[in-house]
Amino acid sequence: MADHSVSAHSKSSPLKLYFGVWATLLLLTYVTYRVAFLELGPFNSVVALVIAAIKATLVALFFMHVWRAGEKFIKAVILTSLFFLLLLLGLTMADYMTRPWS
Amino acid sequence: MSATNVVPQQQFERETYLNKVYGMWSWLLTTDHKRIALLYLISITFFFFIGGFFALLIRLELLTPAGDLVQADTYNKLFTQHGMVMVFFFLIPSIPAVLGNFLVPMMIGAKDLAFPRINLLSWYLYIIGGVIMLHCMMTGGVDTGWTFYVPFSTNYTNTKFVEAGIAIFIAGFSSILTGLNFVVTIHRMRAPGMTWSRLPLFIWAHYATSIIQLLGTPVIAITIVLVACERALHLGIFDPRLGGDPLLFQHLFWFYSHPAVYIMILPSMGVVTEIIPCFSRKRIFGYSFVAFSSIAIAVFGFLVWAHHMFVAGMSVYAGLVFSFLSYAVAVPSAIKVFNWTATLYKGSIHYDAPMLYAFGFLGLFTIGGLTGLFLAALGINVHVTDTYFVVAHFHYIMVGGAVMGYLGGIHFWWPKISGKLYPEGWARLAALIVFLGFNLTFFPQFVLGYMGMPRRYWDYSHMPEFQVLNVLSTAGATVLGVGYLLPMIYLLWSMRYGKPASDNPWNAAGLEWKTSSPPPTDNFKEEPVVTWEAYNYEELDAPPQALEVPVG
Ligand code: HEM
Ligand SMILES: [Cu+2]
Repeated sequence: MADHSVSAHSKSSPLKLYFGVWATLLLLTYVTYRVAFLELGPFNSVVALVIAAIKATLVALFFMHVWRAGEKFIKAVILTSLFFLLLLLGLTMADYMTRPWS
Repeated sequence: MSATNVVPQQQFERETYLNKVYGMWSWLLTTDHKRIALLYLISITFFFFIGGFFALLIRLELLTPAGDLVQADTYNKLFTQHGMVMVFFFLIPSIPAVLGNFLVPMMIGAKDLAFPRINLLSWYLYIIGGVIMLHCMMTGGVDTGWTFYVPFSTNYTNTKFVEAGIAIFIAGFSSILTGLNFVVTIHRMRAPGMTWSRLPLFIWAHYATSIIQLLGTPVIAITIVLVACERALHLGIFDPRLGGDPLLFQHLFWFYSHPAVYIMILPSMGVVTEIIPCFSRKRIFGYSFVAFSSIAIAVFGFLVWAHHMFVAGMSVYAGLVFSFLSYAVAVPSAIKVFNWTATLYKGSIHYDAPMLYAFGFLGLFTIGGLTGLFLAALGINVHVTDTYFVVAHFHYIMVGGAVMGYLGGIHFWWPKISGKLYPEGWARLAALIVFLGFNLTFFPQFVLGYMGMPRRYWDYSHMPEFQVLNVLSTAGATVLGVGYLLPMIYLLWSMRYGKPASDNPWNAAGLEWKTSSPPPTDNFKEEPVVTWEAYNYEELDAPPQALEVPVG
């Protein structure tokens, strides 16, 4: 009944993939660092956040094996987590966006 | 001991999880969920008495209006450490890590949790966190309040906040691991026939609790890291001078800490939901309502956090939204209260000690929840926030509700855990003492708060008229202390001298009662197959010839 839990990520040697992802992460970190020195006005934060989101996605997809995870349950867990992150950000914004003094 | 000679030599002692192997390492390296539950029981009891010790000192200081027993700084440390120990090292692990650990696998007919070693790891993380917390307290302590608000915690306090933060951070991971284990176990390890709609509601409550532990705890962990970084490196996340926002801290903190109050109360609701049908000899009223209200509490519990921030400088609009949502979250709790009451209706009620605790829970949780609604009303909140009214509110829920449920559960399952019966007379007396002591301690605090006595002050000599109520409260705390010591004593006593318990002394439904007391290491001799609904008390009590007929 409950035997389909470990099989999903055992195919093809994953080491190359892991190092590739790691290199990408390092590269993106470097990009973040360099971009911080450019004068982009409000876009500095936007760029930094976008890069951070990409990195988080990479970690989830490859290091946490969400890529190729066939199971509905795992997808449900991911979606739930994202949903709660949105709640945190969204409801906090309900405060920040409606402060008349800032 | 002449009596032992009478017992025939041939009587083997049955093998149980307690006597299978002996020795310290067989406990410290065990992966048996039942033994880990006992390790947790011992450790959280230890921290409960540490936290209680601080509480006693707080109450002694407030006996007189002048700040005379301890200095102001010391007083700040007392209530901080009381709060941190009780919340993070007692109440959050209490029911899940002890009763949940022991019962979740047995109630669903499994041999163990899904990840037994992760379960042991969670206990070690808890102990590491606990030792750091103890070290912190013995070498100076913290004075930030358990809520460690910025900018005090980041810029001003010269006490050991970082160390306490690390302790809470680590203990948080122990809580995450428990939650993870329960979610996977409940999904994967149910015995044949144990469908979701046949699960005991204790399991539903723990499932909901685990969701909160998994989704909420990482947020407090990262918040602690941010505070520590801000303190060390002046990052400017919370400091307005550097472009940060102090209220951001409160948003992050309460995003975890309001749901965390449900980590404390949901398992207790689960316990009560097992006790009430058993001692009313009735099926639970509205099974699916009780089950889904647990999930609803877990989800809606995440939408109300800023009711702790109404006067903090948040926008009025956000205040309105969070006030409204706080009223919404009360609905699933109320559904449960109505269902428990309806279960009692026309039941044949037995007043054994677990049931007395369940009754205590019902009344006190209701008062705590209703005063939460007072607090969630914006206009009233302005007057009573940061007063003893708030203190009384959350103690009615956390002590009157959660701890009552915990004690009720410990008594209810004690025969299963220890294989011994506890002395019923003493237990009823203790339940009564706890109930009276509790109300004497905390009811006056509602009045004090309403009169305007602020929380976290060590001196009220400008308002000597507060003294009478404070004396009552301190007297009550003493009674309450006796009420908590009694079970400690007679439960320990019963382990040696108590009468041996039968497999099912309460004649209760539920798989955990179908195995021996105490259970064997693998819980069941053979894998159980479930063909009945939970709480089939009407069938259990039916005349014997009907007993074997499967239902559902
Ligand atoms: C069910 C379990 C509950 C627990 C364990 C609980 C616990 C707490 C705690 C610990 C605090 C104090 C936080 C602090 O200032 O240090 C608090 C405050 C508060 N609670 Fe509850 N609560 C519960 C239920 C509710 C409910 C159902 C409501 C309302 C619907 C509610 C509304 C509030 C409000 C508005 C405050 C803030 C008071 C203030 O500081 O101004 N609580 N609660
Ligand atoms: Cu709250």
